[in-house]
Formats: sequence, structure tokens, C-alpha cells
Amino acid sequence: MIKVLKPGLQTTVQDDGRVGFYETGMPPSGAVDQYSYAVANLLAGNKKGAAVLEITYMGPELEFQQDATIAITGGNIPPKINGEAVPMWETVKINRGDVLSFDFVKQGARSYLAIAGGIDVPVIMDSRSTYTLCGIGGFNGRALQEGDALSIGDVQETDVKEGTRLTEEYVPEFSTSHEIRVIIGLCSYRLTEESKQRFLELEWTVTPEANRVGYRLKGERLDFVPREQPFGAGSNPSNVVDLGYPIGSIQIPDGVEPIALLNDAVTGGGYATVATIISTDLNRIGQAKTNEKVKFVSVSLEEALKARQETNRKLEEIKNIIQSS
Amino acid sequence: MKEIASPLPGVFYRRPDPEKPVYVEEGHEVKAGDTIGLIEVMKSFQEVKAEDDGVIKSIKVEDGAVVEAGQVVAELE
Repeated sequence: MIKVLKPGLQTTVQDDGRVGFYETGMPPSGAVDQYSYAVANLLAGNKKGAAVLEITYMGPELEFQQDATIAITGGNIPPKINGEAVPMWETVKINRGDVLSFDFVKQGARSYLAIAGGIDVPVIMDSRSTYTLCGIGGFNGRALQEGDALSIGDVQETDVKEGTRLTEEYVPEFSTSHEIRVIIGLCSYRLTEESKQRFLELEWTVTPEANRVGYRLKGERLDFVPREQPFGAGSNPSNVVDLGYPIGSIQIPDGVEPIALLNDAVTGGGYATVATIISTDLNRIGQAKTNEKVKFVSVSLEEALKARQETNRKLEEIKNIIQSS
Repeated sequence: MKEIASPLPGVFYRRPDPEKPVYVEEGHEVKAGDTIGLIEVMKSFQEVKAEDDGVIKSIKVEDGAVVEAGQVVAELE
């Protein structure tokens, strides 16, 4: 068992997502940074899809009541065992009685703690991910609280040697300004040409309203093409007739502040979605902190798919490196 | 002198509620664990606490200002 001495700001059980229920209005949840999540599991020797802890901004304090193999990846929230710094992106042993804690966040926003065997919580609709807004999945459908006790599961696949670590090329750098690639559309035709350009030129600032549901960004007001609203659309020019929202889609209610929807967001609605963050860069937007800068870069569908293949190839390489070490 | 840092990025507030008095004034004595302010981020509020006993020498951040993780919000003597 792992005892939660302090929960951190928002520490939740997450995996590769509750995929396949989107049309019923159920978002996937799951780790926001799927790359760091997958690498943590590989370093811990877990099967694909094992549940980990997603740590946001401020780490928890966890007492291990059994020996375990762990790996911590993602944003740099420096981990410590019994007060001594331990490396990230590396397979680490922790002993019964040890306390894992974290220092102030240095880089990025979210860290992933994988434990060999995975976090053992019930599987709800094919996933162990926490969806806090509906209170399902994960540990009792909520973020961890002081006094909780987590069980370690049995989804370990291999024994990874202590000290196995990745070379720099596999470790993402998270700065304070983030270039995020998007595909323009589906409803970008609703923005004026000038505002479409400004959307890509501006450096947006991440507001304090940035979580697993979405990231609200501050910059300048954008304008929609005036029109007589069609039947079924709301009266504001930023409204369209309801449509499904892609994960990573960006809407700008009333043209004021863009909101990028993430893993726990509503699955559809009546705001014009002007662009969609490519899946590879969903990993990065989730590592942007409040007050940091975001710039959107327009790419084609081909470039987006290439980026996805590149990420998958990297994960495959990492798997091979870990297995042969 | 000891520094009290915000563990989080967000908005710093000196009072629990806009209608309520501030948690601490400069020159006030505090005990370890006393709340000196709040950080708002991700639609939640996290208390910033003194880690030692002492007297608040200065408050470094204005009410409602944006802070970075690890930024010093107050100094303790």
C-alpha cells in the first residue's frame, strides 16, 4: 500500500484514457501528457495502459508501505526520497517506509509517477482514469486526499533494472513559451481574415483557469464575421449550430478569450471551433503553466500525422532501449 | 531571515474573502503552519503557510498579483 500523507494540488489516477464513449458525451480523461505517461510506464516495466499518478503543479507526499520500483517523468517537479533528490526519467527503487515528496515545480506543469504493477483501482468503462467532474474512475472518482491508501496492481510486464535511464533526445524540454501546432478549422470560416491571422500571430498567456478540462488564454479580442445567426445557433456571433468538439479544439466565446479543450472537456456544444491542437502537441499544452506563453502554429493534416508517427516511433525506440538494457 | 515562497503559480490573495481582513500584516507574529495568503489556480485555492515561527518582516506581493511557483511572497524574521 501507498499512504497519502499530503495529496498535492491535484493528484489523480490516470491511464491512456476511456476511449470509445465520446459519442455518449463521455470524454476520455487519461494522462494529459500521453508521451511522458507512456515513458513512465516503460521505465517501471508496466504493460501499456497501466494506471499512474498524474501530479499537477505541486507534488504529493507518499509513504510507501512496501518495496517498489518507480519512475517519474513529465514536467520537472523535482522528486525526493526521504528528503534526498532522486532523478526523473529513470528507474528508481524505493523501500518500505520511504517517503516520496516533491520540490517546487521548475519546468512544465505535470509529472507522472508510475509504479511497477500500476495503481490498482477498479476499471470503469475500460479505463482506470479519473474523471473528476462526474466523479467516476480512478480513486473513488476524485483527486487524492490526505489519508488515502493506494494499492499496487499486477500489470507489470518486465523487471527493469534500477538506474535505467533515457538519453536526452527522449526527454522533452519544457520552456515558459510553448509553440503549439494546430490544424485550422472546423469553423474558422466564422473568424474575420484579420482575426484568423491575429490568432496565429499573437503570443497568448495561460490564465489561472487552466486545468484538465481546458486552458483559457488571454490576448486580445478577435472578431467573427457578422451574420444573421441560423436557426439552432445561439445569438452570439461566436455561436454555431451545435457540433462535436474535437479534443484539443479551440473555441473563443464572444471572441474574448480562447479556450483549448482537453481530456476532461465537454464533447460538444455551440461555439465555433477555430482550430484544433494536433495530438502530439496535446502532450505539450498540458505542460504549460499559468502565466506562461503559447503561440499557435498552423500545420497541415499530413504534418500532424507525421508528428504522431514520429512520437510513436520514439516510444517504440524507448521500449527497445529499456528491454535491451 | 526566512522566506515564504508560493508552491504554485497563480494569483496571490492576502485575505480569505474580499470582505474579510487580511491574514497577516507586516510586523505580525506568526506560528509555523499559520496561513499568510491564498493562491488561486485551476479554480481552486491553496493556502500559503509559514513554515516557521517568526514576525512578518515584509509582504513582497500585492493582493491579487500573479506569482510564479517558488516566488517569495513574504519574509519572516
